[in-house]
Amino acid sequence: MPLWWPLLLASVLFAIGVYGVLARRNAILVLMGVELMLNAVNINLVAFDAYFRDVLHSGQTLALFIIVIAAAEIGLALAIVLMVFRTHGHIDVDDLRELADRDAV
Amino acid sequence: MSWVEVVFLLLSLVAVASALLVVTTQHLVHAALWLVVTLSSAAGIYLLLAAEFVAWVQILIYVGAVVVLLLFALMLTRAPTGPQTDLNVKQAVPAAVVAVLVAALLGTTVIAGFQDVHLNLDDPLVGSAGATGETLFTSWVLPFEVLSVLLLAALVGAIVLSKRGDD
Repeated sequence: MPLWWPLLLASVLFAIGVYGVLARRNAILVLMGVELMLNAVNINLVAFDAYFRDVLHSGQTLALFIIVIAAAEIGLALAIVLMVFRTHGHIDVDDLRELADRDAV
Repeated sequence: MSWVEVVFLLLSLVAVASALLVVTTQHLVHAALWLVVTLSSAAGIYLLLAAEFVAWVQILIYVGAVVVLLLFALMLTRAPTGPQTDLNVKQAVPAAVVAVLVAALLGTTVIAGFQDVHLNLDDPLVGSAGATGETLFTSWVLPFEVLSVLLLAALVGAIVLSKRGDD
């Protein structure tokens, strides 16, 4: 299998994740886009691990670390989302403008 | 074309199609469920690329824990179960343009850079869970322990954030 097949798949998944982060209003759907991007990076790492036949398995280990960090990130992010829901009654990222620069609006 | 390549192409198709559905569906809960399909096909691709342990961790952590957390959060924020028309921002078209540009840039880069490189999956690869675990607990044990501290910090942070402010 050519090495660029998994790399191209990772690029496409990453771009889909970018679209999800940019185009979604619901904060939880934005987080799903972030998850897609992290997974794309993992596919890249595992593909290069198989290509280099690394005896230390750096690629697989980094992929595992990314999975763990993504789990920590999603736990914290959902706690923040729930707090936003409690204080605002919605989780629409377009309407969360308290920290916006008022002059620029 | 070998059977590995055929299975890889099929899994890629499933992954890309379900990822597109994750970012375009009008049902909040369906987005989480399509994410399960995407993550599972990514796990299958890890298996094809001889990363056995990563594949099972992907199933356990992502499909088992992260998606369940997302569904819990959807439930706790009282997500409606029917279709919603206002899930996308007004600037969805520029967002799509940016995403297509990202895909084109990354895609041309990897194809131009690795056009003639072949991934040899025919020789037996040492990618079993045992081999990965051995390197993880010998060469990578310090980052592994640091990561456990990070998880503890995230746990404490999530508890502090979720506590109600009045007590």
